[in-house]
Amino acid sequence: MARHEVESEVQGRVWKIEVSVGDRVEEGDVLLILESMKMEIPVESTITGSVAELRVKLEEAVEEDQVLAVLESD
Amino acid sequence: MFSKVLVANRGAIARRIIRACSELGIASVAVYSEADAGAPYLEEASEAHALAGNTAAETYLNASALLKVLQSSGADALHPGYGFLAEKADFARSVISTGAAFIGPDPKWLAAMGDKVAARKLMADAGFPVFPGSEPLENLDQALAAAQMLGYPLMLKPSAGGGGIGMRVVRDAKELKKGFGLSQKMAMAAFADSGIYLESYLATPRHVEFQLLGDNDGRVVHVHERDCSIQRRHQKVIEESPAPGLDRGEVKVMADRAAETAERLGYNNVGTLETLRDTSGGYGFLEMNTRIQVEHGVTEAVTGLDLLAEQIRLAAGARLPVIPELRGHALEARIYAEDPRSHMPSTGVLQLFRYPVLEGVRVETGYCEGQAVTPYYDPLLAKVIGWGVTREQAIGRVLIGLRAFSVQGVKTNIPLLTRVLEDGEFLRGHVHTGFLQDFL
Repeated sequence: MARHEVESEVQGRVWKIEVSVGDRVEEGDVLLILESMKMEIPVESTITGSVAELRVKLEEAVEEDQVLAVLESD
Repeated sequence: MFSKVLVANRGAIARRIIRACSELGIASVAVYSEADAGAPYLEEASEAHALAGNTAAETYLNASALLKVLQSSGADALHPGYGFLAEKADFARSVISTGAAFIGPDPKWLAAMGDKVAARKLMADAGFPVFPGSEPLENLDQALAAAQMLGYPLMLKPSAGGGGIGMRVVRDAKELKKGFGLSQKMAMAAFADSGIYLESYLATPRHVEFQLLGDNDGRVVHVHERDCSIQRRHQKVIEESPAPGLDRGEVKVMADRAAETAERLGYNNVGTLETLRDTSGGYGFLEMNTRIQVEHGVTEAVTGLDLLAEQIRLAAGARLPVIPELRGHALEARIYAEDPRSHMPSTGVLQLFRYPVLEGVRVETGYCEGQAVTPYYDPLLAKVIGWGVTREQAIGRVLIGLRAFSVQGVKTNIPLLTRVLEDGEFLRGHVHTGFLQDFL
């Protein structure tokens, strides 16, 4: 099992969280949606596995490269 | 005429309104969020008032804060610009109820055109062509039934919406089932209204819009068209006038119809009637924007009119200006703060922000060197408008302007813009709303 950190590509705010810790995810599933400059930016899973940690809360401001979630591959 | 105008906006359009006021000899009142405290136009305005906070909701969408500044500054008119509160009928009515003027059409127009399904019906009843579409849809069953009647492919659209938010192309029932709920959610989040309708989807249409001017005595004229087919996710990227390669007679028929329809309905002040043109030359109503638009400078360049000054004059009760003939060709490229490959928004401090002063090139921006580009507002950094005797010359001038534009601190789409402007198909005028997506 390998751990994968999911980082934010932008500075913005957490608009929606679509998964919970422990959820199964497949590559391409939307984990959460950020909002920046009036755009919604979906953050997708890069692996198939499960959600080990969610490091952000709704409405929280995030910086570029900030770790948003940690995934665990099978 | 007004003596003092509150500019209830930010960025390039705030600066543009301040300039128009100053040319008309009217005092201007700027407002600014904490993030915009270093904006260059705050010094160009006659006075500037701080709005507490940074998010749009706290500042430029904060009706009560803006109404307070309206009263404390003694302004006798408010210019809403575009976006934010520009098309909110309730806000316009609140402004008018203080005794000040709202620089825009009668608020009933903001309400009428804000409801996209009602707007389609209004235009169709007034004799303007609309493409087939549905009534507002309450649930998926209604949507599936409507889709069966209309035939795929279709576009899901929020009835309260604009700007491409929540719009989704569905090619079959399976995609409709998947997309309906998502579009509803997006519409609810963006417009606090989950209303959705279906409209026929054209694969490669052109976006052709008509600039209208109406006075308070019931006259409406058009100031020709703009082609805004180069878009990404329904956000315009490049706009031009005249529309390349279209028969002038065909365009004039539609422009006249747009003005006649708006006049029949009693529209006043500036507005833009947007249409889609299908590949066989059929036009259908898209929406009407009851405000000045981002791309107004294109029309200014080919007519010599100052649309902002005309808008303010019309709001003060002036008659329509004489509408000039089209002169040459103009083209606008929008510089966005975004990664040119991933299209992700790019924020940061503008360590370098320099642009040229060149013949036939106009730059509109609300930013200056040293200022921060923040995630709170839209990513428009600047507009580069080129004018030329021919389309080729206009394109060439925009290219020169873009190449001489130096930005460091945020990423921009300049590399993408220059690639499009050098593309053979673009140069031949073979544009459609899917052009940019295909190009990427």
